[in-house]
Amino acid sequence: MSSIPDELSYTKEHEWIGGLDDGLTVTVGVTAYAAEQLGDVVFVQVPEIGATVAAGDAVGEVESTKSVSDIFAPVSGEVVATNPSVVDDPSLINSDPYGDGWLFQVRISEEPDDLLSAAEYAALTSAAS
Amino acid sequence: MSRSTPLRGVHESLGATLTDFAGWQMPLRYGSESAEHNAVRTAAGLFDLSHMGEIFVTGPQAAEALDYALVGHLSALADGRARYTMIVNDEGGILDDLIVYRLGDEEFMVVANASNYELVARELTARADAYDARVEDRSGEYALVAVQGPRAAEILRTLTDADLDGLKYYAVLSAEVAGARALVARTGYTGEDGFELFVGNDDAVPLWNALSAAGAGLGLVPAGLSARDTLRLEAGMPLYGNELSARTTPFDAGLGRVVRFDKPGDFVGRAALAKAAEAGEPARRLVGLVARGRRVPRHGYPVTLDGAVVGEITSGAPSQSLGKPVAMAYVSTGALDAAGLAVDIRGSHEPVDIVDLPFYRRTK
Repeated sequence: MSSIPDELSYTKEHEWIGGLDDGLTVTVGVTAYAAEQLGDVVFVQVPEIGATVAAGDAVGEVESTKSVSDIFAPVSGEVVATNPSVVDDPSLINSDPYGDGWLFQVRISEEPDDLLSAAEYAALTSAAS
Repeated sequence: MSRSTPLRGVHESLGATLTDFAGWQMPLRYGSESAEHNAVRTAAGLFDLSHMGEIFVTGPQAAEALDYALVGHLSALADGRARYTMIVNDEGGILDDLIVYRLGDEEFMVVANASNYELVARELTARADAYDARVEDRSGEYALVAVQGPRAAEILRTLTDADLDGLKYYAVLSAEVAGARALVARTGYTGEDGFELFVGNDDAVPLWNALSAAGAGLGLVPAGLSARDTLRLEAGMPLYGNELSARTTPFDAGLGRVVRFDKPGDFVGRAALAKAAEAGEPARRLVGLVARGRRVPRHGYPVTLDGAVVGEITSGAPSQSLGKPVAMAYVSTGALDAAGLAVDIRGSHEPVDIVDLPFYRRTK
Protein backbone atom coordinates (compact mmCIF):
# COMPACT_ATOMS: atom_id res chain seq x y z
CA MET A 1 0.00 0.00 0.00
CA SER A 2 1.57 3.26 -1.09
CA SER A 3 1.61 6.25 1.19
CA ILE A 4 -1.05 8.97 1.03
CA PRO A 5 -0.12 11.90 3.29
CA ASP A 6 -3.11 13.32 5.20
CA GLU A 7 -2.19 16.97 4.73
CA LEU A 8 -2.39 16.87 0.91
CA SER A 9 -5.33 17.01 -1.48
CA TYR A 10 -5.64 14.71 -4.49
CA THR A 11 -7.21 14.32 -7.91
CA LYS A 12 -8.67 11.35 -9.74
CA GLU A 13 -5.73 11.71 -12.13
CA HIS A 14 -3.40 10.68 -9.30
CA GLU A 15 -1.86 14.04 -8.60
CA TRP A 16 -1.35 15.64 -5.22
CA ILE A 17 -1.80 19.28 -4.28
CA GLY A 18 -0.01 20.73 -1.29
CA GLY A 19 -0.24 24.11 0.45
CA LEU A 20 -3.90 24.77 -0.24
CA ASP A 21 -4.46 26.09 3.27
CA ASP A 22 -3.25 29.62 2.62
CA GLY A 23 -5.13 29.65 -0.68
CA LEU A 24 -2.35 31.35 -2.62
CA THR A 25 0.26 29.10 -4.15
CA VAL A 26 0.00 25.33 -4.34
CA THR A 27 2.58 22.66 -5.15
CA VAL A 28 1.67 19.82 -7.52
CA GLY A 29 3.13 16.36 -7.97
CA VAL A 30 2.13 12.79 -8.81
CA THR A 31 1.18 10.34 -6.09
CA ALA A 32 3.19 7.37 -4.88
CA TYR A 33 0.43 5.15 -6.24
CA ALA A 34 0.82 6.68 -9.70
CA ALA A 35 4.61 6.38 -9.52
CA GLU A 36 4.30 2.69 -8.71
CA GLN A 37 1.89 2.15 -11.57
CA LEU A 38 4.18 3.98 -14.00
CA GLY A 39 7.37 2.19 -13.06
CA ASP A 40 10.70 3.93 -13.55
CA VAL A 41 10.08 7.48 -14.77
CA VAL A 42 12.55 8.50 -17.46
CA PHE A 43 11.25 11.85 -18.73
CA VAL A 44 9.18 14.68 -17.32
CA GLN A 45 7.88 17.72 -19.13
CA VAL A 46 6.59 20.44 -16.84
CA PRO A 47 4.67 23.57 -17.90
CA GLU A 48 6.44 26.86 -18.60
CA ILE A 49 6.82 29.32 -15.78
CA GLY A 50 4.33 32.13 -16.38
CA ALA A 51 1.85 29.92 -18.24
CA THR A 52 -1.80 30.37 -17.39
CA VAL A 53 -3.47 27.03 -16.82
CA ALA A 54 -7.05 25.93 -16.23
CA ALA A 55 -7.99 23.01 -14.04
CA GLY A 56 -8.15 19.87 -16.21
CA ASP A 57 -5.75 21.12 -18.89
CA ALA A 58 -2.99 18.75 -20.00
CA VAL A 59 0.10 20.79 -19.15
CA GLY A 60 2.94 18.29 -19.31
CA GLU A 61 3.82 14.62 -19.47
CA VAL A 62 5.49 11.85 -17.57
CA GLU A 63 7.17 9.00 -19.40
CA SER A 64 8.21 5.71 -17.90
CA THR A 65 9.90 2.75 -19.52
CA LYS A 66 6.58 1.39 -20.68
CA SER A 67 4.16 4.28 -20.91
CA VAL A 68 3.51 7.97 -21.27
CA SER A 69 0.88 9.92 -19.33
CA ASP A 70 -0.33 13.49 -19.35
CA ILE A 71 0.10 15.77 -16.39
CA PHE A 72 -3.05 17.76 -15.77
CA ALA A 73 -3.36 21.10 -14.03
CA PRO A 74 -5.36 20.26 -10.91
CA VAL A 75 -6.19 23.91 -10.28
CA SER A 76 -6.55 27.09 -12.35
CA GLY A 77 -3.98 29.84 -12.12
CA GLU A 78 -0.48 30.86 -13.15
CA VAL A 79 2.54 28.58 -13.07
CA VAL A 80 5.04 30.37 -10.83
CA ALA A 81 7.71 27.73 -10.35
CA THR A 82 8.81 24.38 -11.75
CA ASN A 83 11.18 21.81 -10.30
CA PRO A 84 14.44 21.75 -12.30
CA SER A 85 15.72 18.80 -10.25
CA VAL A 86 12.93 16.49 -11.37
CA VAL A 87 13.47 17.48 -15.01
CA ASP A 88 17.16 16.55 -14.65
CA ASP A 89 16.46 13.42 -12.67
CA PRO A 90 12.95 12.09 -13.29
CA SER A 91 13.59 9.13 -10.98
CA LEU A 92 12.85 11.55 -8.09
CA ILE A 93 9.20 10.87 -8.90
CA ASN A 94 9.78 7.24 -7.93
CA SER A 95 12.08 7.83 -4.97
CA ASP A 96 10.35 10.83 -3.37
CA PRO A 97 7.02 11.61 -5.04
CA TYR A 98 5.75 13.89 -2.26
CA GLY A 99 9.07 15.66 -1.67
CA ASP A 100 11.93 16.20 -4.13
CA GLY A 101 9.77 14.78 -6.92
CA TRP A 102 7.36 17.75 -6.91
CA LEU A 103 6.58 19.10 -10.40
CA PHE A 104 5.35 22.71 -10.39
CA GLN A 105 3.66 25.44 -8.38
CA VAL A 106 0.56 27.38 -9.32
CA ARG A 107 -0.69 30.68 -7.94
CA ILE A 108 -4.35 29.86 -7.93
CA SER A 109 -6.87 32.18 -9.52
CA GLU A 110 -10.02 30.52 -8.29
CA GLU A 111 -10.91 28.26 -5.41
CA PRO A 112 -10.56 24.68 -6.69
CA ASP A 113 -13.36 22.18 -6.35
CA ASP A 114 -13.51 18.45 -7.02
CA LEU A 115 -10.34 17.74 -5.08
CA LEU A 116 -10.21 14.58 -2.98
CA SER A 117 -9.16 14.24 0.64
CA ALA A 118 -6.51 11.66 1.58
CA ALA A 119 -9.26 9.30 2.75
CA GLU A 120 -11.22 9.71 -0.48
CA TYR A 121 -8.08 9.15 -2.55
CA ALA A 122 -7.20 6.06 -0.52
CA ALA A 123 -10.66 4.68 -1.29
CA LEU A 124 -10.18 5.42 -5.00
CA THR A 125 -6.83 3.65 -5.23
CA SER A 126 -7.82 0.64 -3.16
CA ALA A 127 -10.85 0.16 -5.40
CA ALA A 128 -8.55 0.31 -8.44
CA SER A 129 -5.99 -2.20 -7.25
CA MET B 1 -9.59 -15.58 -18.70
CA SER B 2 -5.85 -15.37 -18.70
CA ARG B 3 -3.56 -18.24 -17.84
CA SER B 4 -0.97 -18.55 -15.11
CA THR B 5 2.42 -20.20 -15.15
CA PRO B 6 3.45 -22.57 -12.34
CA LEU B 7 5.49 -19.66 -10.92
CA ARG B 8 2.64 -17.21 -10.46
CA GLY B 9 2.55 -17.69 -6.69
CA VAL B 10 6.28 -17.02 -6.51
CA HIS B 11 5.86 -13.79 -8.48
CA GLU B 12 3.05 -12.65 -6.21
CA SER B 13 5.06 -13.37 -3.09
CA LEU B 14 7.91 -11.31 -4.58
CA GLY B 15 5.51 -8.39 -5.03
CA ALA B 16 5.60 -8.46 -8.82
CA THR B 17 3.40 -6.20 -10.90
CA LEU B 18 1.60 -8.70 -13.13
CA THR B 19 0.45 -7.92 -16.62
CA ASP B 20 -1.53 -9.73 -19.26
CA PHE B 21 0.78 -10.82 -22.05
CA ALA B 22 -0.57 -12.93 -24.92
CA GLY B 23 -3.27 -14.27 -22.62
CA TRP B 24 -0.92 -15.02 -19.71
CA GLN B 25 -0.53 -13.33 -16.35
CA MET B 26 3.19 -12.56 -16.38
CA PRO B 27 5.48 -10.48 -14.16
CA LEU B 28 6.05 -7.05 -15.73
CA ARG B 29 8.55 -6.05 -13.04
CA TYR B 30 9.31 -6.90 -9.44
CA GLY B 31 10.67 -3.52 -8.36
CA SER B 32 12.53 -1.09 -10.58
CA GLU B 33 12.67 -2.39 -14.17
CA SER B 34 15.82 -0.31 -14.77
CA ALA B 35 17.55 -2.06 -11.87
CA GLU B 36 16.46 -5.43 -13.29
CA HIS B 37 17.81 -4.46 -16.71
CA ASN B 38 21.14 -3.36 -15.23
CA ALA B 39 21.42 -6.50 -13.11
CA VAL B 40 21.20 -8.63 -16.27
CA ARG B 41 23.92 -6.50 -17.94
CA THR B 42 26.28 -6.61 -14.96
CA ALA B 43 25.40 -9.76 -12.95
CA ALA B 44 22.36 -11.90 -13.72
CA GLY B 45 18.58 -11.96 -13.94
CA LEU B 46 16.06 -14.74 -13.44
CA PHE B 47 13.10 -14.90 -15.81
CA ASP B 48 9.89 -16.92 -15.97
CA LEU B 49 9.24 -17.62 -19.65
CA SER B 50 6.81 -20.48 -19.16
CA HIS B 51 4.34 -18.80 -21.51
CA MET B 52 6.52 -19.79 -24.47
CA GLY B 53 5.41 -22.81 -26.50
CA GLU B 54 7.29 -26.10 -26.82
CA ILE B 55 6.35 -28.19 -29.84
CA PHE B 56 8.09 -31.51 -30.40
CA VAL B 57 8.65 -32.93 -33.87
CA THR B 58 9.81 -36.54 -33.79
CA GLY B 59 10.16 -39.51 -36.10
CA PRO B 60 12.30 -40.82 -38.96
CA GLN B 61 11.41 -37.85 -41.20
CA ALA B 62 11.27 -35.16 -38.52
CA ALA B 63 14.22 -33.30 -40.07
CA GLU B 64 12.76 -33.42 -43.59
CA ALA B 65 9.38 -32.27 -42.29
CA LEU B 66 10.99 -29.24 -40.66
CA ASP B 67 13.00 -28.45 -43.79
CA TYR B 68 9.69 -28.26 -45.64
CA ALA B 69 7.76 -26.44 -42.90
CA LEU B 70 10.33 -23.76 -41.97
CA VAL B 71 12.68 -21.46 -43.89
CA GLY B 72 15.82 -22.89 -42.26
CA HIS B 73 17.92 -25.96 -43.05
CA LEU B 74 17.12 -28.01 -39.97
CA SER B 75 18.26 -31.38 -41.35
CA ALA B 76 21.77 -29.89 -41.35
CA LEU B 77 21.56 -29.03 -37.66
CA ALA B 78 23.83 -31.21 -35.51
CA ASP B 79 22.46 -33.07 -32.50
CA GLY B 80 22.59 -30.84 -29.45
CA ARG B 81 22.59 -27.61 -31.41
CA ALA B 82 19.95 -24.90 -31.85
CA ARG B 83 19.04 -22.53 -34.67
CA TYR B 84 17.07 -19.31 -34.96
CA THR B 85 14.56 -19.68 -37.78
CA MET B 86 11.08 -18.69 -38.96
CA ILE B 87 7.82 -20.15 -40.16
CA VAL B 88 6.24 -18.21 -43.03
CA ASN B 89 3.03 -18.45 -45.04
CA ASP B 90 2.78 -19.05 -48.80
CA GLU B 91 3.32 -15.33 -49.41
CA GLY B 92 6.53 -15.34 -47.38
CA GLY B 93 4.89 -13.43 -44.48
CA ILE B 94 6.29 -14.33 -41.08
CA LEU B 95 3.95 -16.40 -38.89
CA ASP B 96 6.46 -16.65 -36.06
CA ASP B 97 10.13 -16.60 -35.27
CA LEU B 98 11.38 -19.75 -33.60
CA ILE B 99 14.32 -21.45 -32.00
CA VAL B 100 14.63 -25.09 -33.04
CA TYR B 101 16.68 -27.40 -30.83
CA ARG B 102 17.87 -30.74 -32.17
CA LEU B 103 17.59 -33.13 -29.24
CA GLY B 104 18.42 -36.27 -31.21
CA ASP B 105 18.61 -37.70 -34.69
CA GLU B 106 14.83 -37.93 -34.87
CA GLU B 107 13.80 -35.44 -32.20
CA PHE B 108 13.44 -31.65 -32.41
CA MET B 109 11.94 -29.11 -30.03
CA VAL B 110 10.47 -26.00 -31.65
CA VAL B 111 10.11 -23.07 -29.27
CA ALA B 112 7.47 -20.59 -30.39
CA ASN B 113 6.15 -17.30 -29.01
CA ALA B 114 3.26 -17.39 -26.55
CA SER B 115 1.05 -15.44 -28.93
CA ASN B 116 1.63 -17.86 -31.79
CA TYR B 117 2.38 -21.35 -30.62
CA GLU B 118 -1.11 -22.73 -31.17
CA LEU B 119 -0.98 -21.52 -34.77
CA VAL B 120 2.56 -22.85 -35.14
CA ALA B 121 1.52 -26.26 -33.81
CA ARG B 122 -1.42 -26.38 -36.23
CA GLU B 123 0.75 -25.33 -39.18
CA LEU B 124 3.49 -27.80 -38.33
CA THR B 125 0.94 -30.59 -38.02
CA ALA B 126 -0.51 -29.77 -41.43
CA ARG B 127 2.88 -29.33 -43.09
CA ALA B 128 4.28 -32.57 -41.62
CA ASP B 129 1.31 -34.56 -42.86
CA ALA B 130 3.11 -36.12 -45.81
CA TYR B 131 6.14 -37.07 -43.71
CA ASP B 132 6.82 -39.89 -41.28
CA ALA B 133 6.93 -37.47 -38.37
CA ARG B 134 4.80 -36.67 -35.37
CA VAL B 135 4.04 -33.12 -34.14
CA GLU B 136 3.11 -32.74 -30.51
CA ASP B 137 2.34 -29.48 -28.71
CA ARG B 138 3.72 -30.07 -25.22
CA SER B 139 3.58 -26.43 -24.10
CA GLY B 140 1.23 -27.33 -21.28
CA GLU B 141 3.77 -29.71 -19.72
CA TYR B 142 6.81 -27.44 -19.72
CA ALA B 143 7.92 -24.49 -17.67
CA LEU B 144 10.80 -22.33 -18.89
CA VAL B 145 13.12 -20.50 -16.53
CA ALA B 146 15.99 -18.40 -17.89
CA VAL B 147 19.06 -17.18 -16.06
CA GLN B 148 20.78 -14.50 -18.09
CA GLY B 149 23.81 -12.32 -17.56
CA PRO B 150 27.59 -12.45 -17.22
CA ARG B 151 27.34 -14.43 -13.97
CA ALA B 152 24.71 -16.91 -15.23
CA ALA B 153 27.20 -19.74 -15.77
CA GLU B 154 28.75 -19.22 -12.35
CA ILE B 155 25.31 -19.46 -10.74
CA LEU B 156 24.09 -22.45 -12.74
CA ARG B 157 27.33 -24.35 -12.18
CA THR B 158 26.54 -24.69 -8.47
CA LEU B 159 23.34 -26.62 -9.28
CA THR B 160 24.44 -29.10 -11.93
CA ASP B 161 27.23 -31.46 -12.96
CA ALA B 162 26.53 -30.73 -16.62
CA ASP B 163 29.49 -29.58 -18.70
CA LEU B 164 28.51 -25.94 -19.00
CA ASP B 165 31.93 -24.90 -20.28
CA GLY B 166 31.50 -27.32 -23.15
CA LEU B 167 27.98 -26.06 -23.87
CA LYS B 168 28.37 -23.56 -26.70
CA TYR B 169 26.12 -20.62 -27.57
CA TYR B 170 23.04 -22.06 -29.32
CA ALA B 171 23.63 -25.56 -27.96
CA VAL B 172 21.47 -27.72 -25.68
CA LEU B 173 21.93 -30.71 -23.40
CA SER B 174 19.83 -32.74 -21.02
CA ALA B 175 20.97 -32.66 -17.42
CA GLU B 176 19.93 -32.76 -13.81
CA VAL B 177 19.66 -29.24 -12.36
CA ALA B 178 18.90 -28.89 -8.66
CA GLY B 179 17.54 -32.43 -8.73
CA ALA B 180 15.22 -31.87 -11.68
CA ARG B 181 15.58 -33.23 -15.21
CA ALA B 182 16.08 -30.23 -17.47
CA LEU B 183 16.89 -29.30 -21.02
CA VAL B 184 19.66 -26.75 -20.57
CA ALA B 185 20.07 -24.45 -23.57
CA ARG B 186 22.64 -21.71 -23.96
CA THR B 187 20.20 -19.36 -25.61
CA GLY B 188 18.46 -16.16 -24.62
CA TYR B 189 16.85 -12.90 -25.59
CA THR B 190 18.91 -10.37 -23.67
CA GLY B 191 22.19 -9.95 -25.54
CA GLU B 192 24.05 -11.55 -22.64
CA ASP B 193 25.44 -15.00 -21.99
CA GLY B 194 22.86 -17.16 -20.30
CA PHE B 195 20.78 -20.27 -20.15
CA GLU B 196 17.20 -21.31 -20.73
CA LEU B 197 16.05 -24.25 -18.63
CA PHE B 198 13.07 -26.28 -19.79
CA VAL B 199 11.60 -28.35 -16.95
CA GLY B 200 8.35 -30.09 -16.14
CA ASN B 201 5.75 -27.81 -14.55
CA ASP B 202 6.15 -29.44 -11.14
CA ASP B 203 9.86 -28.67 -11.08
CA ALA B 204 9.49 -24.97 -11.87
CA VAL B 205 9.14 -23.63 -8.31
CA PRO B 206 11.94 -25.73 -6.78
CA LEU B 207 14.24 -24.80 -9.70
CA TRP B 208 13.41 -21.09 -9.36
CA ASN B 209 14.08 -21.21 -5.64
CA ALA B 210 17.35 -23.08 -6.09
CA LEU B 211 18.55 -20.57 -8.68
CA SER B 212 17.49 -17.64 -6.47
CA ALA B 213 19.44 -19.05 -3.56
CA ALA B 214 22.48 -19.89 -5.70
CA GLY B 215 22.54 -16.37 -7.14
CA ALA B 216 21.75 -14.48 -3.97
CA GLY B 217 25.34 -13.48 -3.27
CA LEU B 218 26.15 -12.89 -6.94
CA GLY B 219 23.73 -10.12 -7.80
CA LEU B 220 21.00 -12.29 -9.35
CA VAL B 221 17.57 -10.65 -9.26
CA PRO B 222 14.20 -11.72 -10.65
CA ALA B 223 13.51 -9.79 -13.85
CA GLY B 224 10.19 -9.14 -15.55
CA LEU B 225 8.95 -8.68 -19.08
CA SER B 226 9.67 -4.96 -19.01
CA ALA B 227 13.41 -5.57 -18.54
CA ARG B 228 13.28 -8.43 -21.04
CA ASP B 229 11.85 -6.04 -23.64
CA THR B 230 14.48 -3.31 -23.12
CA LEU B 231 17.27 -5.91 -23.04
CA ARG B 232 16.23 -7.50 -26.32
CA LEU B 233 15.69 -4.08 -27.92
CA GLU B 234 19.22 -2.96 -27.02
CA ALA B 235 20.48 -6.26 -28.42
CA GLY B 236 18.64 -5.52 -31.70
CA MET B 237 16.50 -8.64 -31.42
CA PRO B 238 13.09 -8.52 -33.11
CA LEU B 239 9.81 -9.14 -31.29
CA TYR B 240 6.94 -10.82 -33.06
CA GLY B 241 4.02 -8.39 -33.29
CA ASN B 242 6.41 -5.42 -33.35
CA GLU B 243 9.19 -5.94 -35.89
CA LEU B 244 7.78 -9.17 -37.33
CA SER B 245 4.31 -9.96 -38.63
CA ALA B 246 2.51 -11.80 -41.40
CA ARG B 247 2.87 -8.59 -43.45
CA THR B 248 6.67 -8.67 -43.27
CA THR B 249 9.08 -11.08 -44.91
CA PRO B 250 12.42 -12.08 -43.39
CA PHE B 251 14.04 -9.81 -45.99
CA ASP B 252 12.05 -6.76 -44.88
CA ALA B 253 13.28 -7.41 -41.35
CA GLY B 254 16.91 -7.62 -42.47
CA LEU B 255 16.90 -11.32 -41.56
CA GLY B 256 17.11 -12.78 -45.06
CA ARG B 257 20.05 -14.90 -43.89
CA VAL B 258 17.61 -17.27 -42.14
CA VAL B 259 16.05 -18.22 -45.50
CA ARG B 260 18.00 -21.17 -46.82
CA PHE B 261 17.34 -21.47 -50.55
CA ASP B 262 20.33 -23.82 -50.72
CA LYS B 263 18.62 -26.59 -48.77
CA PRO B 264 17.21 -29.59 -50.65
CA GLY B 265 13.57 -29.67 -51.71
CA ASP B 266 10.71 -27.23 -51.62
CA PHE B 267 9.55 -25.38 -48.54
CA VAL B 268 6.48 -23.36 -47.67
CA GLY B 269 6.96 -19.79 -48.88
CA ARG B 270 9.91 -20.58 -51.14
CA ALA B 271 8.50 -19.17 -54.38
CA ALA B 272 7.37 -15.92 -52.78
CA LEU B 273 10.60 -15.46 -50.87
CA ALA B 274 12.70 -16.20 -53.96
CA LYS B 275 10.85 -13.39 -55.71
CA ALA B 276 11.45 -11.06 -52.77
CA ALA B 277 15.14 -11.95 -52.76
CA GLU B 278 15.45 -11.32 -56.52
CA ALA B 279 13.68 -7.99 -56.25
CA GLY B 280 16.72 -6.78 -54.29
CA GLU B 281 16.43 -3.84 -51.93
CA PRO B 282 13.02 -3.96 -50.22
CA ALA B 283 10.89 -0.80 -50.23
CA ARG B 284 11.47 -0.35 -46.51
CA ARG B 285 14.07 -1.51 -44.10
CA LEU B 286 14.25 -2.19 -40.41
CA VAL B 287 16.74 0.21 -38.84
CA GLY B 288 17.95 1.31 -35.44
CA LEU B 289 17.27 4.87 -34.30
CA VAL B 290 18.75 6.86 -31.46
CA ALA B 291 16.85 9.93 -30.30
CA ARG B 292 18.77 13.14 -29.75
CA GLY B 293 16.32 14.29 -27.08
CA ARG B 294 14.91 12.54 -24.08
CA ARG B 295 11.39 11.80 -25.29
CA VAL B 296 10.86 8.18 -26.21
CA PRO B 297 9.78 7.06 -29.68
CA ARG B 298 7.23 4.30 -29.15
CA HIS B 299 5.54 1.52 -31.12
CA GLY B 300 3.35 2.97 -33.87
CA TYR B 301 4.76 6.51 -33.89
CA PRO B 302 5.40 7.90 -37.41
CA VAL B 303 8.95 8.47 -38.65
CA THR B 304 9.09 11.69 -40.66
CA LEU B 305 11.36 13.54 -43.07
CA ASP B 306 10.58 17.21 -43.67
CA GLY B 307 7.14 16.62 -42.23
CA ALA B 308 6.27 13.69 -44.51
CA VAL B 309 5.79 10.21 -43.05
CA VAL B 310 8.56 7.86 -44.24
CA GLY B 311 8.25 5.06 -41.70
CA GLU B 312 6.94 3.76 -38.42
CA ILE B 313 8.45 2.88 -35.05
CA THR B 314 8.11 -0.81 -34.19
CA SER B 315 9.67 -0.76 -30.71
CA GLY B 316 11.14 2.01 -28.60
CA ALA B 317 12.36 2.47 -25.06
CA PRO B 318 14.76 4.43 -22.94
CA SER B 319 18.10 2.62 -23.18
CA GLN B 320 19.94 2.14 -19.90
CA SER B 321 23.14 1.21 -21.71
CA LEU B 322 23.18 4.25 -24.01
CA GLY B 323 21.49 6.71 -21.68
CA LYS B 324 19.21 7.78 -24.53
CA PRO B 325 15.95 6.59 -26.05
CA VAL B 326 16.42 3.98 -28.79
CA ALA B 327 13.99 2.48 -31.26
CA MET B 328 13.64 0.15 -34.18
CA ALA B 329 11.60 1.32 -37.15
CA TYR B 330 10.66 0.43 -40.69
CA VAL B 331 11.84 3.33 -42.86
CA SER B 332 11.46 3.78 -46.63
CA THR B 333 14.69 2.87 -48.34
CA GLY B 334 14.75 6.23 -50.12
CA ALA B 335 14.81 8.14 -46.83
CA LEU B 336 17.64 6.22 -45.21
CA ASP B 337 20.45 8.52 -46.29
CA ALA B 338 18.62 11.79 -45.78
CA ALA B 339 19.48 14.25 -43.05
CA GLY B 340 16.68 15.46 -40.83
CA LEU B 341 14.91 12.24 -39.89
CA ALA B 342 12.51 12.73 -36.98
CA VAL B 343 9.86 10.90 -35.01
CA ASP B 344 6.44 12.42 -34.52
CA ILE B 345 6.10 12.11 -30.76
CA ARG B 346 2.55 13.18 -30.03
CA GLY B 347 2.74 16.07 -32.49
CA SER B 348 6.28 17.22 -31.89
CA HIS B 349 8.93 16.18 -34.41
CA GLU B 350 11.93 14.98 -32.41
CA PRO B 351 15.23 14.44 -34.28
CA VAL B 352 16.67 10.92 -34.49
CA ASP B 353 19.76 9.38 -36.05
CA ILE B 354 20.01 6.02 -37.79
CA VAL B 355 22.59 3.72 -36.22
CA ASP B 356 23.72 0.17 -36.89
CA LEU B 357 22.01 -2.57 -34.89
CA PRO B 358 22.49 -3.81 -32.26
CA PHE B 359 22.55 -0.82 -29.93
CA TYR B 360 24.41 -2.89 -27.38
CA ARG B 361 26.92 -5.69 -27.79
CA ARG B 362 28.40 -7.46 -24.81
CA THR B 363 32.13 -7.47 -24.32
CA LYS B 364 33.39 -11.04 -24.19
